[in-house]
Amino acid sequence: MSKHLNLTLHVWRQKNAKCDGKFVEYPAENISPDMSFLEMLDVVNEGLIRKGEEPITFDHDCREGICGTCSMVINGRPHGPRERTTTCQLHMRSFKDGDSITLEPWRAEAFPVIKDLMVDRGAFDRIIAAGGFISVPTGSPQDANALPIPKQSADLSMDAAACIGCGACVAACPNASAMLFVSAKISHLGHLPQGQPERHIRVRDMIAQMDAEEFGTCTNHGECEAACPKGIKMENIARMNRDFIKASLTYRPATSGGGVG
Amino acid sequence: MSVAEQSIAGAEARGHGFLASSVGRKVVMAATGVILFGFVTVHMLGNLTSYMGAEAMNHYAEFLHTMIHGMGIWVFRAVLLTAVGLHIWAATTLTLDNMAARPVGYRNQKNIASTWASRTMRWSGVILAAFIVYHLLHLTTGTVHPNFDRANPYANFVNGFKVPAAAAFYIVAQLCLGLHMWHGVWSCTQSFGLAHPRYDSLRRNFATGLTVLVVGVNISYPIAVLTGFIH
Repeated sequence: MSKHLNLTLHVWRQKNAKCDGKFVEYPAENISPDMSFLEMLDVVNEGLIRKGEEPITFDHDCREGICGTCSMVINGRPHGPRERTTTCQLHMRSFKDGDSITLEPWRAEAFPVIKDLMVDRGAFDRIIAAGGFISVPTGSPQDANALPIPKQSADLSMDAAACIGCGACVAACPNASAMLFVSAKISHLGHLPQGQPERHIRVRDMIAQMDAEEFGTCTNHGECEAACPKGIKMENIARMNRDFIKASLTYRPATSGGGVG
Repeated sequence: MSVAEQSIAGAEARGHGFLASSVGRKVVMAATGVILFGFVTVHMLGNLTSYMGAEAMNHYAEFLHTMIHGMGIWVFRAVLLTAVGLHIWAATTLTLDNMAARPVGYRNQKNIASTWASRTMRWSGVILAAFIVYHLLHLTTGTVHPNFDRANPYANFVNGFKVPAAAAFYIVAQLCLGLHMWHGVWSCTQSFGLAHPRYDSLRRNFATGLTVLVVGVNISYPIAVLTGFIH
């Protein structure tokens, strides 16, 4: 049996987007090193509820590292100290007895705090709605081998599609830029033939929405890539820039009368 | 809170121009940056004539002032001034956007991947802007030069660097140029979308190599004057 941990948490408490927040100190006692970080917070919250205090609000869902819901900055790093690990997959064995842990929400104008550590990431949904899709007729799917796709394109597309939209890139970026997220979504469609018809309009629309959401802009620090729990590469940002330059140089307004015959 | 909260910007936002968009301004930053680091490289090479003596350098200066019937230097000046103006405009608007994008900061953000150079771009840029003004007043117009002689650029060069404070400012400015170029040269390839695993190390090495060359040679000028190697 490994030794249980006693920790001190400094947690950002904020009632809602309009109120100012502040750090509050909480002890986390008798924590098993085998707990996940979120389970540790559950234990702390049970204690708070028993004392009649407001529990700490935080986002979580699948708790198996694939949904992208858990979001908090742990000691200055989104999702905590381990590489390629979401908060839910972070275990307390990554900490030492007596550690002091600072917990903050993702901090960005585009991600307003809902409560405590929970932020509204609706901006990401609106960026997807602006162009992160392909338009296909419904009906039964065609044979998988009807459309040849090079293995490497499929692999690169899947690498980009690994993005779970958690927002750690925005949280880690000194400029609160969303370009790693947006570029991952653009790349995962851009590598495939199905993504080609809307490729140029997609990059313009998604970037326009990204700007409208008031995210910052990339200055090539590389913090996003280091923080990404899914290992999304900055090469995607370059691909997005390339697509945007091409799309802007060749842009023409929607043609009318096409297909009238 | 942004307008976007309520709706998808869509068609009308798409009309928002290249220069208004974040990526568009990054491209302007990168393109003007290429002009500027191209210029400092040529400037560094041209000044190598100082090692060849007064005649070579004065002859080179005369060439710059008389090429294309004296028009050449004004074309260069116009291009450089435009590039500097656009570079500063893009940097200022993007920086303001970036500051607005995170109104509440972290208690202690851990930097893992960023470099000191990348985090100090705006400061090295401001120092460089101040240096350019000083440099022009010093060796182009002679306003702040102790004994400026329009007919003898070589003497201005040597006498200018004999003042230790001036030489020190040049050296500090060159170190800022080094930080700015090292991140900027690499960064502009990223903004142009020129990324590929095959060339990733080349991009980094090119930035390092060009920076060391330009800054190293430029710093050698005031040092050569102060040590009496150029006199």
